[in-house]
Amino acid sequence: MTSTPDPSQKQQRREHGLMLALVSPALLVILALIVLPVGWLAWQSIYHDGFTLENYRRVFTEDIYWRSFALTFEISLAVTGIALLLGYPVAYLANSVPKGWSILILSLVVLPFWTGVLVRAYAWLALLQRTGVINQLLRYLDVTSEPLALVHNTFGAVVATVHILLPFMVLPLYATMQKIPSDLMQAGASLGASPSLTFVRVFLPLSLPGVLAGCTMVFVLCLGFYITPELLGGGRTVMVSMLVSRNVELYNQFGAASAVAVVLLASVLLIFAVVSRFISLDRILGQK
Amino acid sequence: MMRLSPARLALYVISALVLVYLILPVLIIAPISFSSARFLTFPPPSFSLRWYQQYFANPAWMQATRVTLTVALLTVVIATPLGVSAAYAISQSKLRIMRVVHMMLLLPLVVPIIITAVGIFFVYAKVGLVATLPGLVLANVMLGLPYVIISVLAGLQSFDPAQEMVARSLGMNRLRSFFAVTLPQIKSSVVAGGIFAFISAMDETIVALFISGGQYQPLTKRMFTALRDEIDPTIAAISTLMTAASFMLVLLASARQRKGA
Repeated sequence: MTSTPDPSQKQQRREHGLMLALVSPALLVILALIVLPVGWLAWQSIYHDGFTLENYRRVFTEDIYWRSFALTFEISLAVTGIALLLGYPVAYLANSVPKGWSILILSLVVLPFWTGVLVRAYAWLALLQRTGVINQLLRYLDVTSEPLALVHNTFGAVVATVHILLPFMVLPLYATMQKIPSDLMQAGASLGASPSLTFVRVFLPLSLPGVLAGCTMVFVLCLGFYITPELLGGGRTVMVSMLVSRNVELYNQFGAASAVAVVLLASVLLIFAVVSRFISLDRILGQK
Repeated sequence: MMRLSPARLALYVISALVLVYLILPVLIIAPISFSSARFLTFPPPSFSLRWYQQYFANPAWMQATRVTLTVALLTVVIATPLGVSAAYAISQSKLRIMRVVHMMLLLPLVVPIIITAVGIFFVYAKVGLVATLPGLVLANVMLGLPYVIISVLAGLQSFDPAQEMVARSLGMNRLRSFFAVTLPQIKSSVVAGGIFAFISAMDETIVALFISGGQYQPLTKRMFTALRDEIDPTIAAISTLMTAASFMLVLLASARQRKGA
């Protein structure tokens, strides 16, 4: 192996060259349209007629900036928690019923996935607004006399955000649960454990990698969420993404916008880096 | 397992409620779009196509629709061959750098889209691509590439590269053996990847908000602006049509994938 004859070495070099040539157009697009732009943001955040850390000082000290970051993390945590609470039972059910039923359940889970984010924002506005379906139903049933403020606030934004991110929780959970051998549960039962005890001691711990994958995906996606909080949040719930867009579109604060974007990206990459020590990144990203 | 314990019953009830929550917004749009009322009321008033008429009679909506379809089609035409050749190289090459390349090609899924959008806006502003059709198409090619690559890589995983070797040893050149032997076997994943890229371009909103303008505004940008101002049921009609289009495309893609499996 060490003394490869010349022609095959040449052939191998040609092979490598061909492969690099095949991958380069796609790579070029990625470099020009995501690596360069993000690099540009990073540069712009520290350079404006000379190097400056002024933008970062503002992000970390000025009230609106760190409050927005705190709010974004809070909302993302809440959304992740709710999505886990809602998604776990659905994934568990899909895993424990016959094939036909589980296909039906999973189809219902991914159905909204293929409905545009804007379309669903519209649907939630129609459902939750003061004259919307939910309020009319509540009035009709005599539950309330005054229409409830369900949208244009944090509540509305969270309801719609959880809705959009729920499939990202259910799919990795289901994929993990599928790999848990069912004889383990039977073994637990045959040893005299109650179903709830086998669930807590056997099933739950084995499903934790799926929980971690789902929570990571939902949390990270939520950190950068823009359309839903902008349309349903009513302007008071200013998430980091909205801070970036307002700094660009309304105030022309390009440096500050860039610094906020860099901090947000750094948070996302840090989370991926930490989580990838426990489960493979493919497992988180592999789910479409 | 078969007897219905209280825990099992609770599981059914909770899951059913969650599923209703998931599909309710999808189901609500079509009735609004076919209703004659400005707001959704109980019981729904008469059936009407007035919101569809408003959509089809409005030149601004029609222009936006043309932009969306053009961008989505061009995105597929460009992103599919780029993605297929990249996926082929990643799966066949033994170069170590390919792992890094693979990760980089999935970057659009990792970087929050708002950051990508603002960054592209700054770069486009420098090179004069803001509010142009090529600018919009390029950005969507970048966003669609991961879908093509993931889909084609999955297809190539079940393909035996020895088959291509045989074709080449029989005298076909590399290109011909790819088109004659490899491509037919991964065709369904290529088509599925292209369809996902189309849907991604059709639904893309955030980048378009920053970089599109003038006569080259896609549907999503106009919808976003309209939604921010007022809830106009014309949007329900457009949403219904868009949803119907994506569902048909997804069914097509999954039918192909199943056939390929």
